[in-house]
Amino acid sequence: MSAPAITMDVRRIGDEVAVVDIKGEVTAACEPVMMSAYEAASDGKTTRLVLNFVGLEYMNSGGIGMLVTLLVRANRQRQQLSAYGLSEHYREIFELTRLDEAIAIYDTEESALNGALK
Amino acid sequence: MSETAGPDRVRSAEQIGLSAREAAASPVPHAAGNAPPRDAASWAKKVDRLEVDHRAGVRGTNVAGRRLTGPIQGFGKMWQKSYRMKAGTQIAPEQAIATWREHFPDFWPRGNRFAGALTGINPGDVALLDLAIGGGVKLSTGVFVLYADAESFTLMTPQGHMFAGWITFSAEREGDETIVQALVLMRANDPLYEIAMTFGGHAKEDKFWAATLTALGERLGLPNPVVDAKTTCVDSKRQWRHASNVWHNSMIRSVLQTVAAPATGLARTLRHDKPADDKHGHDQGTAKTAA
Repeated sequence: MSAPAITMDVRRIGDEVAVVDIKGEVTAACEPVMMSAYEAASDGKTTRLVLNFVGLEYMNSGGIGMLVTLLVRANRQRQQLSAYGLSEHYREIFELTRLDEAIAIYDTEESALNGALK
Repeated sequence: MSETAGPDRVRSAEQIGLSAREAAASPVPHAAGNAPPRDAASWAKKVDRLEVDHRAGVRGTNVAGRRLTGPIQGFGKMWQKSYRMKAGTQIAPEQAIATWREHFPDFWPRGNRFAGALTGINPGDVALLDLAIGGGVKLSTGVFVLYADAESFTLMTPQGHMFAGWITFSAEREGDETIVQALVLMRANDPLYEIAMTFGGHAKEDKFWAATLTALGERLGLPNPVVDAKTTCVDSKRQWRHASNVWHNSMIRSVLQTVAAPATGLARTLRHDKPADDKHGHDQGTAKTAA
């Protein structure tokens, strides 16, 4: 498997919310990076995870599958998962795969945080 | 192959098909601004409900008007199953996937039918399936081509299918060797399917995909294809809020459609034998009078 062309940086917003800044290509190959970011984001009392897709450059179906497994992990820890910064193209993919029924989608980080902090 | 319908008429010029697909899926240089992402051509356009055309050789029921279902919409435990086959050093991943996409129905085990588009597997296509479930009954359902590029393609299931989820067929290099894989991420769609999958369904599915990969390996010229299967339970919880998915259960509907087939066939024949209905007859009569 080729090395994933992606970075995922974690920012904490208070004790309960973490934002994961995703930059690059989301494919099945980036699962170790994603899970590592998830572990870092889940440190402490995190109850809400916000995925920042502003830097998303490419995603294939393996990437969607990986997001589903991330969702399962988050649900297991009773964490809420949301996303923002999706282009129209990727928003349609979330809708097509019906991922949007489990991951709340927002336009901006502010609205995502407001939604997450409710 | 005699058990397939539709795509069996696709010509076997694999290199031509490969070139066309490679051209279609070749990366578009990334550009700032409003340029479409380079994966844009690989994804199906958004659909709310499936539409299908008639395909010869399959019943074609239980698909039209259905919504797509992913693992999130399913009922049962979530499973990830991988079926991997080493394809050697001589076959490029793109070659393996081009062959698989172009001749997909040919590799299905005998008794099952896959009626896809004549051009093979392309994003947005809907294929109709008749699956052997025993007792002479065929389960009629379908799949939607969610994604396809030169190195992978993904099928997603509609409401009523045995499972809610997707299957990704891919090939990639591991060292010098090409590995071909089918990866299933799924939940049984409803409680009845969950029972069926638990008591033999999973084993049947394992055999199905192992046989499919073996057939692909033989087509690729592998002397002794070996399929390695691995199953992981991703989520052991059942989603009881989706138990009502049973309303769409294609197995129940297929059994009912099979049982009712003689009566519906007779009714159709009688309708065709009838000279004309009342309104039509009246119109004809009117026309005659006028003449």
